[in-house]
Amino acid sequence: MAATLAAPLTRLRYTLSGNPLTAVGFGLFALMIFLALFGPAIAPYDPLATRAVNALQPPSWAHPFGTDHLGRDVFSRVIVATRLDLGIALSAVALSFVIGSALGCLAGFFGGWADRIIGRMSDTIMAFPLFVLAMGVVATMGNTVENVIYATAVINLPFYIRVARAEVAVRRNAGYVQAARLSGSSSLRILATQLFPNVLPPMMVQISLNLGWAILNAAGLSFIGLGVRPPSAEWGIMVAEGASYIISGEWWLALFPGTALMLAVFCFNLMGDGLRDLVDPTRRT
Amino acid sequence: MEKLSRIFGRIVQAVPPVFGVILITFLLTRALPGDPAVFFAGLMADEDTIAQIRAELGLDHSLPVQFLYYLRDLLHGDLGNSLSTGRPVLTELMSRLPASLELTLAGLLLSMAIAIPLGVLAATRPGSWVDHLCRVLVTAGVSLPTFFTGLFLIYIFYYLLGWAPSPLGRLDFLYLSPPQVTGFYSIDAALAGDWEVFWASLRQMILPAITLSLFALAPIARMTRAAMLAALSGEYVRTARANGLGGARVIWVYAFRNAALPVLTTLGMVFSFLLGANVLVEKVFSWPGIGSYAIGALVASDYAAVQGFVLCMALLFVVVNLFIDVVLTLIDPRIGLES
Amino acid sequence: MTPLLKVENLSIAFRTRNGEVTALHDVSFEVGAGEVVGVVGESGSGKSVSAYTTIGLLDQAGRVAGGSVSYDGKPLLGQQRPLRGREISMIFQNPRAALNPIMTVGQQLSDVLKRHALAGRTDAKSKAIDLLRQVQINDPEERYNAYPFELSGGMCQRVMIALALACSPRLLIADEPTTGLDVTTQKTTMDLMRELTRARGMSVVLITHDLGMAAEYCDRIVVMEKGRVVESAPVRQLFTAPRHPYTQKLIAASPGPDSRLEDLTRGQLEAPAKITPTPQNRPGPDRLLEVVNLVKEFPRRGTGFFGRKPAPFRAVDGISFELRRGESLGLVGESGCGKSTTSSIIARLQDATSGSVIFDGHDILHHPAQRFAKMPQRGQVQMVFQDSHDSLDPRWSAADVIAQPLRRIMGMKDAGELSRRTAMLAEMVGLPGELLSRYPHQLSGGQKARVNIARAIATDPLLLILDEPTSALDVSVQAVVLQLLDRLRRELGMSYIFVSHDLNVVRLLCERTIVMNRGKIVEEGSAEQVLHAPRDPYTQKLVAAIPHFEPEKLRVS
Repeated sequence: MAATLAAPLTRLRYTLSGNPLTAVGFGLFALMIFLALFGPAIAPYDPLATRAVNALQPPSWAHPFGTDHLGRDVFSRVIVATRLDLGIALSAVALSFVIGSALGCLAGFFGGWADRIIGRMSDTIMAFPLFVLAMGVVATMGNTVENVIYATAVINLPFYIRVARAEVAVRRNAGYVQAARLSGSSSLRILATQLFPNVLPPMMVQISLNLGWAILNAAGLSFIGLGVRPPSAEWGIMVAEGASYIISGEWWLALFPGTALMLAVFCFNLMGDGLRDLVDPTRRT
Repeated sequence: MEKLSRIFGRIVQAVPPVFGVILITFLLTRALPGDPAVFFAGLMADEDTIAQIRAELGLDHSLPVQFLYYLRDLLHGDLGNSLSTGRPVLTELMSRLPASLELTLAGLLLSMAIAIPLGVLAATRPGSWVDHLCRVLVTAGVSLPTFFTGLFLIYIFYYLLGWAPSPLGRLDFLYLSPPQVTGFYSIDAALAGDWEVFWASLRQMILPAITLSLFALAPIARMTRAAMLAALSGEYVRTARANGLGGARVIWVYAFRNAALPVLTTLGMVFSFLLGANVLVEKVFSWPGIGSYAIGALVASDYAAVQGFVLCMALLFVVVNLFIDVVLTLIDPRIGLES
Repeated sequence: MTPLLKVENLSIAFRTRNGEVTALHDVSFEVGAGEVVGVVGESGSGKSVSAYTTIGLLDQAGRVAGGSVSYDGKPLLGQQRPLRGREISMIFQNPRAALNPIMTVGQQLSDVLKRHALAGRTDAKSKAIDLLRQVQINDPEERYNAYPFELSGGMCQRVMIALALACSPRLLIADEPTTGLDVTTQKTTMDLMRELTRARGMSVVLITHDLGMAAEYCDRIVVMEKGRVVESAPVRQLFTAPRHPYTQKLIAASPGPDSRLEDLTRGQLEAPAKITPTPQNRPGPDRLLEVVNLVKEFPRRGTGFFGRKPAPFRAVDGISFELRRGESLGLVGESGCGKSTTSSIIARLQDATSGSVIFDGHDILHHPAQRFAKMPQRGQVQMVFQDSHDSLDPRWSAADVIAQPLRRIMGMKDAGELSRRTAMLAEMVGLPGELLSRYPHQLSGGQKARVNIARAIATDPLLLILDEPTSALDVSVQAVVLQLLDRLRRELGMSYIFVSHDLNVVRLLCERTIVMNRGKIVEEGSAEQVLHAPRDPYTQKLVAAIPHFEPEKLRVS
């Protein structure tokens, strides 16, 4: 019953050695987790401490990423922001994964009315430009971090529903599912022991690609003033605050948080591509 | 005749999403915590105004009845009045929509013009430098936050090099906007024969359009490459080759037309992302479209305007999807028929 | 006289993850003008690789490691491009996928004609229609505008033939052209191909796994095994006096209308299991199963625009039959005849529309299929599926699969008992114990079939339904599995319903046979009678379509 552990591990090693970029992705992810956990402890300055005399200093040894318009250390703020950005993305994706895969599995396995209702639901969400829907949800539900998480979860939901539904529906009448019925397994047991484990790998790919997108969305929302409020350190807000200084040449305010954001998304996409190769080497793109 | 009925079928299929979109936009405002009338009235309103607005909005009725009122208002083109300007939301949106559309379409066309040939080349020459370039662009492209790329394009091309005009709006204040025909400044200027304004409007548009297209490039190129690879290894392509059909015909007529189907489907998704990205790009470039209007409304807690904006974007997207569906139906004989 | 095609010492290597693998070793054969040469072998024999190399469509991972191919006396490798379609063309298996799905068949034909300058813009259409007429497609003017998805598999294969013959090439390569088609369609397609190629004096290379078909349509046969040619001889000589042991094994393993089960492995029966299960005393009525008036309808997805729902499709149309205890019954028919639906209803994987299935005195249709897993009869009716790979969860080991019914139906929990019983079942089906910890992708086709059989007999069923259990297997593996199934039935006292499209195979295993067509039973009788003296016209057609290789009927070439 236990899945083979050895085979995927050798394949993981193969994929990593054949594709160093994936290894870079996993390395960056590890760094991000580290910063999220210990960021506040290793940041050289208090990310919220303002010092007007020190404002708008270009990068130096004391302030490797420079200081912002209130004299705060950009380096410390970028590091500390990791926890908030990663936290929003992870909780939103976890939420949509749990709900979406459950709904998708039910729709794919039972078909009929369940399928039609769940399908309509995800179609309706997909009928919106997703970022715009997220804007609407946060705007009406209230401008808080929790609502940014919910909004991001809602707009990611259809992707999980679709992947889970399609993967389950393909396998619903597979020989081994029929064989499990013959062996006395009930529908729910088949769903849990035969279908879900086989659906999980493609879902993992989806999760990884989605994390990048979720971070982008959350940062985009705070860039236009939704969700996270100043003076909290968050990459999107920091870019927004730096935006007005770009035209006067103070590039470091926006560059460093923007690069951090980009690297985070890049890392999730690299991991996603690597996982995709791992799960299905034939669909390599 | 048969094609017409299939296209009609696609149009009928677009009705449920439209209904769903309207229902959700309705529920969004009714789900506001507390009293919607307070929100619609704004922060400064007194008790009387709130009561008046409550009656105006029909909030004293049950939810389904309220929805019917909402539908009736929509049919009359009534999206309510904007709190900050006092003008009807519909008028405001309509006056700003062309600016957004012009930018979004320019971004989409630009990215298609680069991404599709790139994807095809990469698929026909696997392992070549084009293929590697395509892979790098695809992975890097999806990681770029639009607002961030936009800012740095401004920094490089406006602040450092001075090649681009100041990133403020659709037209430098030296010029007058062309007489309105389509609302697209570049097209209107060309129609009026005013080439100076035409070039000026293009110059304003180039950086934001590049920002958008950088963002849309990756998914289109990725899908084109994958779909072309799948089509080229397809059995029908093998048959065509076995019967002596040559390179260009096999690539463009046999492989590309089949690959175009998933690419078109992806374009729908890309357009959805573009409409979202557009909001951010409009803010960065102070572009006077409906995105920056919505941001302004958000800051001012102008809910009727936000609701109108969400509805307008969603309907626009439904129309685009419908258009793509119709094109797909015309290309693929299998759609809309049961075998 | 120089042969039209000459393959000399051809070696092909493929790049894989584990380095280069040689797929062909020193392969040589010739095809004379007007000759039909069959290339025969089991999966992995390399029979297709030589053909793809010849026409220049070898996969990019493959490369010619040695040897040469000449066409009409001139070297061919690397020069195929201008010759494709014009001199050499090819038809493939799975014709529907091999045609461009979004182009009408007429456009595809015109394309080929125009490419080779055999038609201009004006006459391309009439020439294409003419070609469609030549491959005996009815209403060619109308079919010119048809898309592949609107045509049946047999029709698509005719379009493929028309495409391949459009420019009157001198050599046609046919790669398993009728695999996946029904026997009667297979016969008409092959007869048509023979007629057209003979009339044009073309040479044909027919690649097939089916010895019967090779015998019927080829002049000379090349037998391949593991990338090597083991024997090459005129057809009569090959079947009457095969020299190579592999050829002998292959010929013996292909069931003919008169072969016996033990002949398939030339008398070498697999060693019987060391554990002989105690023959069980199973009291009960002599009549084990009674199917009465069974109907299964599927709703048709229709254009129901104005509320007019199309009449449902009747897959099974009121069939009735009986099965005695210990009997083995064959259920024969072509695809879509309702045989698989019937069997999956009896196995309680699907619900019927009406009728009853009385098993051991109880109507088991009373319990919906969704809940049948918990019924006491679940362990007594078991089934083995056609695709032995698809029937195994890729994440479960062989032991897990076999233990599943023991846990769920027999309620066994003790790990020691489970592994003892699993090992015993593996022994019974001849699966080496050390393979039990393996996963499906680490097992061969025959081994996977054995795992599935072990899973099905784990609960000691009274009735075992076998849905084409050997049709995806190579003939030599099929022979062994058939013998295994026969032995198990005798040892365990089971009844069989054996579903198959192949009357020769059914006859080997079954006492009685039912022939189905379009959801109805058209003939019922002893297996011998149905095969040798069919009464119903449909059965006659079916029997006549089976390709045979009875030496006395072979043409002298």
